Amino acid sequence: MAYVAVKGGERAIDAAHAWLAAARRGDGTVPSMQTAQIREQLGRAVDRVMAEGSLYDPDLAALAIKQAQGDLIEAGFLLRAFRTTLPRFAAALPVDTAAMRLARRISAIFKDLPGGQVLGPTYDYTHRLLDFSLLEDRPAADAPEAGAHPGPAPRIPDILGQEGLLEADIRSDAEPFDITRAPLAFPAGRDARLQGLARGDEGFLLGLGYSTQRGYGNNHPFVGELRVGEVDVEIVPAELGFAVCIGTVTLTECQMVNQFAGSKTEPAQFTRGYGLAFGHAERRAMAMALVDRALRAEELGEALTAPAQDPQFVLATCDNIEATGFVEHLKLPHYVDFQSELETVRRLRATAGSAPGAGPPPGAVPPDEPP
Amino acid sequence: MKGYNFAYLDEQTKRMLRRALLKAVAIPGHQIPFAAREMPLPYGWGTGGIQVTAAVLGRCDTLKVIDQGADDTTNAVSIRRFFARTAGVATTTRTAHATIIQTRHRIPETALTEAQIIVYQVPQPEPLYRLEPSRTETRRMHALSEYGAMHVRLYEQVARYGQIAISYDYPVMVNGRHLMAPSPIPAFDNPKMHRMPALQLFGAGREKRIYAVPPYTDVASLDFEDYPFRAGRAPHACALCGAQASYLDEVVTDDRGGRMFVCSDTDYCASRREQAP
Repeated sequence: MAYVAVKGGERAIDAAHAWLAAARRGDGTVPSMQTAQIREQLGRAVDRVMAEGSLYDPDLAALAIKQAQGDLIEAGFLLRAFRTTLPRFAAALPVDTAAMRLARRISAIFKDLPGGQVLGPTYDYTHRLLDFSLLEDRPAADAPEAGAHPGPAPRIPDILGQEGLLEADIRSDAEPFDITRAPLAFPAGRDARLQGLARGDEGFLLGLGYSTQRGYGNNHPFVGELRVGEVDVEIVPAELGFAVCIGTVTLTECQMVNQFAGSKTEPAQFTRGYGLAFGHAERRAMAMALVDRALRAEELGEALTAPAQDPQFVLATCDNIEATGFVEHLKLPHYVDFQSELETVRRLRATAGSAPGAGPPPGAVPPDEPP
Repeated sequence: MKGYNFAYLDEQTKRMLRRALLKAVAIPGHQIPFAAREMPLPYGWGTGGIQVTAAVLGRCDTLKVIDQGADDTTNAVSIRRFFARTAGVATTTRTAHATIIQTRHRIPETALTEAQIIVYQVPQPEPLYRLEPSRTETRRMHALSEYGAMHVRLYEQVARYGQIAISYDYPVMVNGRHLMAPSPIPAFDNPKMHRMPALQLFGAGREKRIYAVPPYTDVASLDFEDYPFRAGRAPHACALCGAQASYLDEVVTDDRGGRMFVCSDTDYCASRREQAP
């Protein structure tokens, strides 16, 4: 067989992309999906893509999901790459989650509390039975009294904090670290850590949070409060000098109340882990709160024994856009590195072969994985 | 390209990159953190190199992009197209014609000149990461030039295998001060870095680090007096151009053990064949 150097990479790429577009569309006799349908009917997917793509825009997230054929990490990547090109014209004021227009609010530590327990639109307590009626296109049953949002409810730190039983909110006017504008360095402050977790991979955060519950850095968590609802986003334009509302976002906030700390001199109080996510994302917010608390181990004088307590391990690994890129880059050609390894192994074998029957010595250094 | 700045990145981002590059040139081999941006190509596929190239690219530049030494590998094609599209610059496959060469895993066989810049794509800028995963700790080791652990690693290989067994990304000392990862080029290419007339820039996007080797800087591959550095290549001549000293790719030609060896540097190989009588 004659050797022909592979040429025409450009034509191959174009053809592959055309094929991809056809595969994305699928069977042409099935109606094409509208992004509005994705936005309205696949809301949890949209929320996840907005969180991991770090951009609150349900329409663009829906577009990204459509473009990525429902691959949510790919969709998050599309949104992230778009986000990075956007100009920044203002910074919002901190949002006030106490003023949230609640769709859901539960506490696991008090049977009742001001503002009450509001179940809201939750999968909790559903029986996980496939609902075959969804195979048919039937109009949805009316939800009971939609729009009956309960009034603002105080947050759990506002309740427990009064007695000093729970560590206070950190109040600071300092400019927060911005992981999208400055390289993350370790040790990282809590502001940088929370930003990294807020857009970390939901599955990875879930696994790490779960690992703390299974003994790898346990921090005795209670869901102090979990709330979902809309908050106003306000900015102060320089030419006005007062705050104006520029829109609303749906957020999920989790206040985890954890293992108390104290000493003979310091009165004991509960510590906190915090989770906040775009959209309705309870699993993400709770996992984030568990990991946030685990990452505070050093600050709180706890023994550092578990992966979830190691900021570099967690933050440098949790970003799924980075992770998927580097894992999938193994598909790129590595002929040159592999060739150099081939020559090394052949050389080593030639040397080792001079001793009869000599294999690699026990405990031989394993070859480095390809970069 | 409509809607995007020249070479994709906005000028503020390029300025941030250039500041990091200037620092990197001032301290050869030292890793400078920079605020890497999300690029429209995946992390691990050359985003660091692309950002560095975007920061140094001008309208009059001629760009060459290689992956594994070849201009026609798909990722090289993709990156070359990216700049042709976003910057409209001239591109070439000829090493001698390029003013900027972005590369993954190779240094061209043709010697580079003072008029050229070579930009390396770097997956892992920290040469010590297999020995010490904590970046807080490796930063301290670099600050103190505490590189004994790497020498111990080489020594362990000599003790076990009778020789140093690192094939690529072979660690180098730059300017007698900083231990540096040359990126996963084969050890064969390491000697080309030593006192190279061209400016060498390194970009690691995912790890958010930039480093550099200025022209005519000493770059020494780590070794021992009694176990000197050896640059390995397949002991063959190129089946296409007959080159005796170029780095070779091994091509499997059948399922009965058939092999042929051809230059990994496609431009070098093609040029030699053109010049051949």
